[in-house]
Amino acid sequence: MTEVQVSAPTTTRAGVEVRLEDLQRRYGTVTALDGLSLTMEPGELVALLGPSGCGKTTALRLVAGLEDADSGRIVVGGKDVTGLPANRRDMGMVFQAYSLFPNMTARQNVAFGLRLRGVGAGERTKRAGEMLELVGLSAQSDRYAHQMSGGQQQRVALARALAIRPTVLLLDEPLSALDARVRAQLRDEIRRVQLEVGTTTLFVTHDQEEALAIADRVGVMRAGRLEQLGSPSDVYARPRTPFVAEFVGLSNRLAGHVNGGTVDILGLRLPLVDPTTPDGGVTAIVRPEAVGLRNVPDDTGQDALVGTVVATAFLGAISRVTVDLGGGALVLAQLPTSEAADHPAGSRVRLTLRPDPVLVTPLAVGEAAGVTA
Amino acid sequence: MAEVSTARRGVNARSRRRLNVVRGVIFVVLGLFFLVPLYSMAEFTTRGAGAQAHRSLDAWRAIVSYPDLTRALLISLELAAITSIALLALLLPTLVWVRLRLPRLRRVIEFLCLLPLAIPAIVLVVGLAPIYLWVTYFFGDSSLTLAFAYAVLVLPYASRALDAGLSAIDVATLSEAARSLGAGWPTVIFRVIVPNMSGALLNAGLLSVALVLGEFTIASLLNYTNLQVAINMLGRENAGVSIAVALGSLLFAFVLLVAISVVGARRHGARTVEEG
Ligand SMILES: Nc1ncnc2c1ncn2[C@@H]1O[C@H](COP(=O)(O)OP(=O)(O)OP(=O)(O)O)[C@@H](O)[C@H]1O
Ligand SMILES: [Mg+2]
Repeated sequence: MTEVQVSAPTTTRAGVEVRLEDLQRRYGTVTALDGLSLTMEPGELVALLGPSGCGKTTALRLVAGLEDADSGRIVVGGKDVTGLPANRRDMGMVFQAYSLFPNMTARQNVAFGLRLRGVGAGERTKRAGEMLELVGLSAQSDRYAHQMSGGQQQRVALARALAIRPTVLLLDEPLSALDARVRAQLRDEIRRVQLEVGTTTLFVTHDQEEALAIADRVGVMRAGRLEQLGSPSDVYARPRTPFVAEFVGLSNRLAGHVNGGTVDILGLRLPLVDPTTPDGGVTAIVRPEAVGLRNVPDDTGQDALVGTVVATAFLGAISRVTVDLGGGALVLAQLPTSEAADHPAGSRVRLTLRPDPVLVTPLAVGEAAGVTA
Repeated sequence: MAEVSTARRGVNARSRRRLNVVRGVIFVVLGLFFLVPLYSMAEFTTRGAGAQAHRSLDAWRAIVSYPDLTRALLISLELAAITSIALLALLLPTLVWVRLRLPRLRRVIEFLCLLPLAIPAIVLVVGLAPIYLWVTYFFGDSSLTLAFAYAVLVLPYASRALDAGLSAIDVATLSEAARSLGAGWPTVIFRVIVPNMSGALLNAGLLSVALVLGEFTIASLLNYTNLQVAINMLGRENAGVSIAVALGSLLFAFVLLVAISVVGARRHGARTVEEG
């Protein structure tokens, strides 16, 4: 009677499609979600990326059923789950805060959801064991939360969420409490496990590197709605809006002038992402890796492209060089470290710009040139 | 270097020894403070009748010959059980709910829970008397109806204890984790929250039991007979027996306290022992 359909170990439950349709959520006067729509393909990992307070957690909690939408629908595998309470949605969730039940061992934690589903004791232990093995923690299965490191706890939480074979896996900044090394390692592990299990996954983060590294598609959010949804390389290389360009990766903001489908920046003529941009003054957004440097003699006369190196940030294989173009206008150039060594602080350099299509925005006052992170 | 560290160790040892002496003195003084009255009570109850009589346990043996007293004792025990269980059953879900869903009401609830502390028992009775007209109308004129008044009386202590227990765990995250795994609210409370605050629950329960077993004023003013009222009545008739019962109930509360805290410690210990 308590017999439960049990499939092969670490089964692949083919992921299901998940659709968020025009979700609205207000807290008093704050609009946390303002018409969020997003369709996730079966088995896909979508990362929601955005600045603090843009509604990422709210979106996740609505999908999980921990919070109710004011309007809009959530459809999972063709079924409308908008009205279902959290405990009947079959979704696995990993939280930002450590969330293991302190009175249970790792194994008992993982088995908890199975127990609620009436899975027999033997089967429960077996499946919990498999899940712990999947996250590489078999040796720790009899430990309590306080006997494990943060990274181990989050891995157990992942195993616990996956043990119930959820329709959807929801991860809310599960790595933010961990240090950088463990974070990168666990990030890759989450991706490996997710690919292995094949569960449709929504991963929330404000760390762009994390999002780009792990996701099939990245959704950049701003003020409660999706600004752009695309593959990591798409979002990085072809940002649709200046906000996305600035949020994903570093960018230089340079004054430019659009003229007949091309843009003049610092006297150089470059193609536009959108050739239909009307003529006039604009702010152009240029990636640091599109900027190159060439040494020039110290007595080179002033010219729009000539400046002085003021600082170099060493980042391992690459370095980021800050150039002062005069008048306080700073430009970042990202170079291989060996090349950056040729331009010590104080040296005079001439900028070169790679002829990639450039994204521009209407010129804002006081934003003539500068760097934004 | 070696000398310095030896010297420092010497200083440490000396100050530690001094601390131990102070501790010992405090322990002995407090011990006397508690034990002398208890000893006096024991001495009084074992005094035989007459000036030259031998020690005897007559007073203790006589306890059973007062059926009113045993009845009152049973009533007090029942009251203690009813009050603590009913209060915990009512208070824990309420506090959890307020924490999770109505955080703005937390201060209000806290204030309400502390209110009985600020109101003298006698004033409480004035307010309770008319309510008890209704209570007796619905539940009959049993001493057990005192449980209603006692629940109010115990409220400040129990709510404090439970609140401390709830603050010690991340109720919101744990219950959301449990719910996303498929747990309904009863499961969340009984399988996740209760096991992780068993200490606080024991404390709250113990405080309730101790308070109910020692309560006199309200029972007496509302004309019900509980243990303390019975002891008081008996005291006018036979002081030896009444003191014996008083001492007995004190010891009972003490044993209960120790037993509960030992059980609590054992359960906690089992969880942390297998560290190695
Ligand atoms: N329970 C709540 N009550 C009131 N306002 C809330 C509540 N939860 C979220 N908000 C507000 O809704 C907005 C979106 O919050 P949300 O937690 O979704 O942001 P986020 O994108 O997850 O940010 P972060 O990266 O800082 O976690 C914020 O302005 C926040 O202040
Ligand atoms: Mg968040």
